[in-house]
Amino acid sequence: MPMPAIRHHIRFLLNGDEIALTEVRADETLLDFLRLRRSLVGTKEGCAEGDCGACTVLVGRLSNGELVYEGVNACIRFLGSLDGCHVVTVEHLKRPDGSLHPVQQALVDHHGSQCGFCTPGFVMGLYALWMRTPKPTERQIETALQGNLCRCTGYEPIVKAAKAISGYGRVADDPLVAERASVAAKLAEWRDGSRVEIGEGAERFIVPASLDDFAEVYAAEPDATIVAGSTDVGLWVTKHFREISPAIFIGGLHELRRVERAEGQLTVGAGVSYSDARDVLAAAIPALGPLLERIGGDQVRNMGTIGGNIANGSPIGDTPPPLIALGATLTLRKGSTRRSLPLEDFFVDYGKQDRLPGEFVESIVVPLPAKGSHFAAYKISKRRDEDITAALGAFYLALARDGTVATIRIAYGGMAATPKRAAAAEAALAGQKWNEANVEAAMDALSSDFTPISDMRASAEYRMMVARNLLKRFFLETGAPKKPTQVSRYEAA
Amino acid sequence: MNRHAPDISAAKISGGVATDRQHDSAHKHVTGEAIYIDDMPDLAGTLHGCLGLSTVAHGTIKSMDMSAVKAAPGVVTVLTASDVPGENDISPTGLHDEPVLADGQVQFFGQPIFCVIAETREAARRACKLAKIDYDWQPAVLDVAGLDPAKDRFVTSPLKLERGDVELAMASAPHRLKGRMRIGGQDHFYLEGQIALAVPGEDGDVTVYSSTQHPSEVQHMVSHALGVPSHAVTVEIRRMGGGFGGKETQGNLFAVLAAIAAKRLGRAVKIRPDRDDDMTATGKRHDFVVDYDVGFDDDGRILGADYLFAARCGFSADLSGPVTDRALFHVDNSYYLPAVRARSAPFYTNTVSNTAFRGFGGPQGMVGGERVMEEIAYALGKDPLEIRKINFYGTTDRNVTPYHQTVEDNVIHRVVEELEKSADYEKRKRKIAAFNAGSELIKRGIALTPVKFGISFTATHFNQAGALVHVYTDGSVHLNHGGTEMGQGLYVKVAQVVAEEFQIDIDQVKITATTTGKVPNTSATAASSGSDLNGMAAQNAARQIKDRLCDFASEKWGLPKDQIKFLPNRVRIGNQEIPFPELVKQAYMGRVQLSAAGFYKTPEIHWDREKGRGQPFYYFAYGAACAEVSIDTLTGEYMVERVDILHETGRSLNRAIDIGQIEGAFIQGMGWLTTEELVWDEKGRLRTHAPSTYKIPLASDRPKIFNVMLADWADNVKPTVHRSKAVGEPPFMLAISVLHALSDAVGSVADHKICPRLDAPATPERVLMAVERLKREASA
Repeated sequence: MPMPAIRHHIRFLLNGDEIALTEVRADETLLDFLRLRRSLVGTKEGCAEGDCGACTVLVGRLSNGELVYEGVNACIRFLGSLDGCHVVTVEHLKRPDGSLHPVQQALVDHHGSQCGFCTPGFVMGLYALWMRTPKPTERQIETALQGNLCRCTGYEPIVKAAKAISGYGRVADDPLVAERASVAAKLAEWRDGSRVEIGEGAERFIVPASLDDFAEVYAAEPDATIVAGSTDVGLWVTKHFREISPAIFIGGLHELRRVERAEGQLTVGAGVSYSDARDVLAAAIPALGPLLERIGGDQVRNMGTIGGNIANGSPIGDTPPPLIALGATLTLRKGSTRRSLPLEDFFVDYGKQDRLPGEFVESIVVPLPAKGSHFAAYKISKRRDEDITAALGAFYLALARDGTVATIRIAYGGMAATPKRAAAAEAALAGQKWNEANVEAAMDALSSDFTPISDMRASAEYRMMVARNLLKRFFLETGAPKKPTQVSRYEAA
Repeated sequence: MNRHAPDISAAKISGGVATDRQHDSAHKHVTGEAIYIDDMPDLAGTLHGCLGLSTVAHGTIKSMDMSAVKAAPGVVTVLTASDVPGENDISPTGLHDEPVLADGQVQFFGQPIFCVIAETREAARRACKLAKIDYDWQPAVLDVAGLDPAKDRFVTSPLKLERGDVELAMASAPHRLKGRMRIGGQDHFYLEGQIALAVPGEDGDVTVYSSTQHPSEVQHMVSHALGVPSHAVTVEIRRMGGGFGGKETQGNLFAVLAAIAAKRLGRAVKIRPDRDDDMTATGKRHDFVVDYDVGFDDDGRILGADYLFAARCGFSADLSGPVTDRALFHVDNSYYLPAVRARSAPFYTNTVSNTAFRGFGGPQGMVGGERVMEEIAYALGKDPLEIRKINFYGTTDRNVTPYHQTVEDNVIHRVVEELEKSADYEKRKRKIAAFNAGSELIKRGIALTPVKFGISFTATHFNQAGALVHVYTDGSVHLNHGGTEMGQGLYVKVAQVVAEEFQIDIDQVKITATTTGKVPNTSATAASSGSDLNGMAAQNAARQIKDRLCDFASEKWGLPKDQIKFLPNRVRIGNQEIPFPELVKQAYMGRVQLSAAGFYKTPEIHWDREKGRGQPFYYFAYGAACAEVSIDTLTGEYMVERVDILHETGRSLNRAIDIGQIEGAFIQGMGWLTTEELVWDEKGRLRTHAPSTYKIPLASDRPKIFNVMLADWADNVKPTVHRSKAVGEPPFMLAISVLHALSDAVGSVADHKICPRLDAPATPERVLMAVERLKREASA
């Protein structure tokens, strides 16, 4: 492979301005850049961990040639990762004549702000929603706002405003929409196929030119920190001051953001965000849709990636248990060498994965459930949305013609030091009739599979009780019950 | 804002009282133009502070090695206790039990020990981590459940309320039951964290921009800590990004340290803690353990009741005295207790010092009281609402509170009756029973609970306020008062009052930042009192000026004063009308003072704490809520299906603002009682110190159906500002309906034969554990 050209600056659009920067620290956040270097103080810091949404800004990026704007958390987004993007802050919305944008006017008219500190973040989140869905349903509004906390209003007026925005203006008249072509052209022009390298020592970062370039760079610098969506690494910096240099920002690598459907399987690039994964995964495997909608908030889902959720090895990541239950395999790559292994084998122990120095997760191959099989994933958390899992159970079942269990794969998160299969419970069911007595036996077997811990999210006792009951729920749901088996917020989609 | 000429033929001014005016800063909120302290342009050379926090819950400091901190890049200085020039104390009640920086002794995990001042905020934060502190550990008291009020240490003196012969009433009661309830605390989670910016001036003066509900207290604390008179310190706050009680006293620490550093270094100093440090180092709502013992008759009428409210106060008193007092003031909620004893136990613990939070102990008192209602209902096999209603205060008898105040404005009967109808309580109750009979996994529950909340600071002297109003020669008005704006809409309400008084459009009234330099000796904006007190003070100032204008016009035109009338944007003088600015200009030429300081003190109230008697509240605010929930009996997950609220506001100054307060308070209260759980580990370390671990409600936690109505059919019986009622805190307690609806759903698994005794917060885990217990006990 020819060595790409190397560029020593990043460039991006900030509202209406072209920005070129040669001095950027690897760990400099977009929020600090906006507030401290540009005095754009409309964007607020509420938590510095991507959980409150006060810092929401839009990032426009080219996706398959199309310009898409997504809300992100500026507090945990690294500035260096914005090469070739369009950053839009709340300051960009007011019209030149001083009149308010439809999103803003709707919020004013519906009394959608009290203290006002969270408001710019809500404005930006609702702006992104309005651009993609001008007349959203209640569910779409609530889902779009999962990553925005308001402590004053109780949200009622904000949701009412969200429903009313289209009465204040047409999306087609919106400046960002109207200028879409010229911005897209500018961003495309900036895609010059070069690798970005900036900084020395503890401040250094690299934006690879391509997937192959990334493989080469990382093989050469196996101690580098790979940063995709920065929804985890962002906190290493803002909360723990961990050195991340040299950082490799891979969020812009298009080759990693593809989902391919082939006979009987999906191949999901490691860089596919939760947002981008949602529709395509839910179309193939419906049970994944509601689960993906409960990971983080919209901003986190726009940034965070499936590959990152796996590669960081967390015992409470939400995608590994369902992917394990589905029988997914990982493709790991080092330089030009690839290997494949079952996802469950990737997780060796707490904080330890089967990944060689210089090796990275390239893609996840997800077999589609066999016809007539059953699959479900249930997440339990203290708060329904935008919360970290206390326990998550994922179940895959294929029955033989005689009603016995032909295939059963059960995986849990939050129950052990890694996402883990419930071997004893599976053994209790394999080849057995799929009936209440056998499921009860499998529920009992869970206590030999897991010894969960107590922490601030749940007690060990609750975790075990829920793990058992989720298996029971799965059993009951495979029987197509007429009565509800779960509390639900929305009518069945 | 564009200046447009007032309409001098208007039938009505814009933005007077009883209009649904938007929040005065709404336009600035949505554009990001509203300036919070961290958004102010930096003064050249501004330095930044970061607090170094204790990593043990209780102990003495053996040694402190700050050399690495001092040597870190960008560090200018490190402050420790010995650097406090005046008193190292920020105890708001004068008990001298709360050092700015720990001096030798640390009393909770997260207590500030030192403060790094550096060129940038990041440099200060990074340097903080380099401190080496050795401690001699001491045993830590973390929980109050096992403490004994007779033996264990209090942070402040307890209160006892007593009326009637409790022993006799209990002994003769046909039924009696006892129990215990745990009620969790709550973090304020204001979206804007604590922040202070101190700017040094000449003569050693300092101006402090502090995100505080209580500028005067910050002023006093800074002056004590600096050892200078109050006149040397000016404290200003335009707006907070939320307060909820969390900035009543908790801003003192940051303001004092910023001021000390600013004065010492001669540079502006800003301190804005990271969210984790903010949640670790600042106080929260008190968690309580409530013991109750109640005697009642066959109908469920309470005959005698005895309560002990044990609170985890933390290491210092802060506001724990009045908070625990208010818990007792509200144990009765809306119910008459013929014989009652209620005691508080404000325990010392090695945890952060708990503080004010919307409701100020009242919610905990009420939750304890409502548990008793529920217990009685289960004991007698009756609907809890029936028990509640039979115990309501009367209007002419059965109307004396445990603190011997007669309830004179009781409207709870009507409020509840109307809500029962509009929420269709009876029918839904039956439907839910039918649903539950046919649904094994998902159970529904419903509850209708009342609220009666006492309005006034129980410390009588706080019930005063000042305002300053200037009328300029062009007829525009500058408004200032001692109340602070934290999002509740106080500024716009007071501006409405002033606009109404002068009969000028509200655009003519400039709302200005609260500052100790304009209105001195103010009370905290707290206890829901903001509009009641400051509205009246501003009205008083405006009236003084208006009276002078009247006198002037009367004299100048030679007409009796009743011939002078303020009409919208104009004044009728005899048979002629002149624009308001014209009269003002003429008055100026006639050398009339066009500025006035207004003042107000709440009448009638008094309170003798020693005797537990008096009239601590000027009036009460009432409301009721009906909540329906569904729960999953396999996981404890739940959903709030519907909530109906009827809340009383007197003659509302601004219905839109009031509805916003009601909705917001309800959701905040619901968070407290459901998903907001504070967890400390065995070392006394708070494990829920950020939004990733501490879960306040989201838009998707709102009730699926949410009907909020104002009961504004009755004026306040007291002559409050335009006969309105306070609204900040009372609706917070409407959320108790959600806890009881959850409990009702849990109760259904044992056919409502066993009281679920669901503690708060009712997380999915607590709900499931209660379900499991009831199933176990029902089958035993």
